[in-house]
Amino acid sequence: MAKGRRIVAPGEQLPPDTTGPEEYLVDHGEWKSPATLGIVDERDGKHVFIPLQGVYVPRKGDIVIGLITGQGIVNWFVDINSPYQAILTVQDFLGRPFNPMTDDMSKLLRIGDYVKAQVQAFDRTRNPTLTVQGEGLGRIVEGKIVEVLPSRIPRIIGKKHSMINMISEETGCEIYAAVNGRIHLKCPNEDSETIAILAIKKIERETHTVGLTERVKRLIQEEKKVRGV
Amino acid sequence: MARKDGVTLFREDGTRLDGRRPDEMRPIRMEVGVLENADGSAMVEFGRTKVLAAVYGPREPVQKYIAIPDKAVLRVRYHMAPFSTSERKSPAPSRREVELSKVIREALEPVVLTDQFPRTAIDVFIEVLQADGGTRTTGLTAASLALADAGIPMRALVGGVAVGKIQDKLVLDIDEFEDNYAEADMPVGAAPDIGLVTLFQINGVMTREEVMKGLDMALEAINKIVEMEKEVLKSKYVKAEV
Amino acid sequence: MSMTPFRVPVVPTLKKETFMSLYRKGTRLDERDLFTPRKVEIETGVIDKAEGSALVKLGNTKVLAGVKIEVGTPFRDTPNQGVLTVHAEFVPLASPVFEPGPPDENAIELARVVDRSLREVGVVDLESLVIREGEKVWIVWVDLYVIDHDGNLFDASMLAAMAALKTARLPDYEEYETGEIEVLRDKSQGPLKLNHTVVTVTTAKVGEYIIVDPTLDEETISDSRMVVAVDEQGRIVGLQKVGEAGYTREEVEKVLNISLGAAKVYFKSLEEALARKG
Repeated sequence: MAKGRRIVAPGEQLPPDTTGPEEYLVDHGEWKSPATLGIVDERDGKHVFIPLQGVYVPRKGDIVIGLITGQGIVNWFVDINSPYQAILTVQDFLGRPFNPMTDDMSKLLRIGDYVKAQVQAFDRTRNPTLTVQGEGLGRIVEGKIVEVLPSRIPRIIGKKHSMINMISEETGCEIYAAVNGRIHLKCPNEDSETIAILAIKKIERETHTVGLTERVKRLIQEEKKVRGV
Repeated sequence: MARKDGVTLFREDGTRLDGRRPDEMRPIRMEVGVLENADGSAMVEFGRTKVLAAVYGPREPVQKYIAIPDKAVLRVRYHMAPFSTSERKSPAPSRREVELSKVIREALEPVVLTDQFPRTAIDVFIEVLQADGGTRTTGLTAASLALADAGIPMRALVGGVAVGKIQDKLVLDIDEFEDNYAEADMPVGAAPDIGLVTLFQINGVMTREEVMKGLDMALEAINKIVEMEKEVLKSKYVKAEV
Repeated sequence: MSMTPFRVPVVPTLKKETFMSLYRKGTRLDERDLFTPRKVEIETGVIDKAEGSALVKLGNTKVLAGVKIEVGTPFRDTPNQGVLTVHAEFVPLASPVFEPGPPDENAIELARVVDRSLREVGVVDLESLVIREGEKVWIVWVDLYVIDHDGNLFDASMLAAMAALKTARLPDYEEYETGEIEVLRDKSQGPLKLNHTVVTVTTAKVGEYIIVDPTLDEETISDSRMVVAVDEQGRIVGLQKVGEAGYTREEVEKVLNISLGAAKVYFKSLEEALARKG
């Protein structure tokens, strides 16, 4: 592990100036502690805590990949890989008022379908609502979905999209990594799909290590050679 | 050093029957991530006592009416496997298990940040696989590890150990045999990082001075137990390092 | 499975503020200081059919204890001892939050804490309860009936159990040639033999304050509670932390000191009630 980086466990003392996601840092007044396992990165005397764990808690504006798990009278229930089940209304999906006499919900979305949607509202007191009104949103009709720990998504994307762009370029896959830990892949063939999945799973396992981009790149190139891509 | 009923619990040199010093714990073994399905899991052994714990959640509770509007509901079940004791234990929950489930839940409530997940449930299942004394404190230790392994936000980790009073002497981490002859058994659970005792019971007769001395013994031991928990949790990541 | 209570009354923030500002001045809503229990009233012999009984009023909390003594078989590992069993019922008439049904975790915990506090120090002389060793012994049932809940069920229940046991009489019996034993309830062999007297002292932790004998309102605003069982020699004969918070080492020490002091008040109440009786 690089100098200035260390793994920390819940309850351990961190300097009071440590920054990081609020939900995962406990403020004890004179000191702070991580609420989950994570990494503390010390740079130029500043401490940053990066959690290695945590469930996905929706935030307004997030683009998520949801799984349709149930159907209500005017809405679908959507699993967004979170403790909170999301709701997508038929009216939103259609972009016009819903008429149960003429519109057949089950023809629009079926249980088991994936949708790419945006969190419209959520405040923890009510279930999050989703919208598919926006560019690139709606039912996912092709490709594969890979699930990873939501806390790994930032690393899979990388700084300024460096990691995800590299995998894309090397494999030729179109990749979308949603914050809720679901990654949508559209690949030219099965081999490149497998390679992209192997790369993503490697990042999930080794998120906290340094020099990861290089190692992932090497893995992809070796796999390409083996598979003759 | 024999008692009037002829049972001796200390050797001539002052050590206990299994060779431990009065302030020595049994060998401790901890492992996390032992179950595939659970969000977090742990196996903890204190000597021959073996306890498995699993955590599911935060998730939407099946019975919606138990949801609390401003925090998660913590649900804890302490249960002994039928084969965990010398004589088979009926798998139906006993009054003892009902009480201990509550005592352990109340020892976890101060450290789990339940207010981060309103209306959800966090479930902790503790199965005693082999009982040889100290099952509730071993269960608490396993629960703490399983919660951390599940990534449930925590104020601090907790650990537990029991102190016994045998022939007027305080001894750490009593096993089942010692407990049978003990004048008192004092299980303690604590979160050393935030200086809180979160599980505390006394079964037996002690003076105030003995209680405080025993509590200090337990707290010192729990410090070590919690440090071990941290190492075990981190080792998962340290191993993956290149 | 034990669950975070989800049917708890909502505590108005201002109510807590009111209580806390009184504690700061060393007093409480009912004008008690922080370390004195409420008024204790003990009435014994309230149920004729029971071998011993007592109604305890601790402020507005009321607990009725009945002692029934039956013939039964001893446990295999203690053939030369009688049996003591404590049971608690939170009857639905006592509180809007009590539901009919089998005892919940709170009732079970209450019964087990009272049971252990009696058992560990040997309050009831179990060896005096043998009829035929290994075969027939007296079984002493202590049934606790919480009939009005205004906080601190532990101390009220323990006082009721103790007063009922202290006034309980062991029935006489006749042994037939067949070995059968008939209990003669209208005759008595004399009082039940007891070796010790035990009371519990419950304190609540509210912020930085430790208060003795909390009312229901005080329990609702409290962070946690500690029940300390004390015998007549001032020894600690049982302890249970109850509730959702933790204690620092210093708070534990403070709780022990306060509890040992307050126990004297309960002992005096018991003594006076029993002296009146007899």
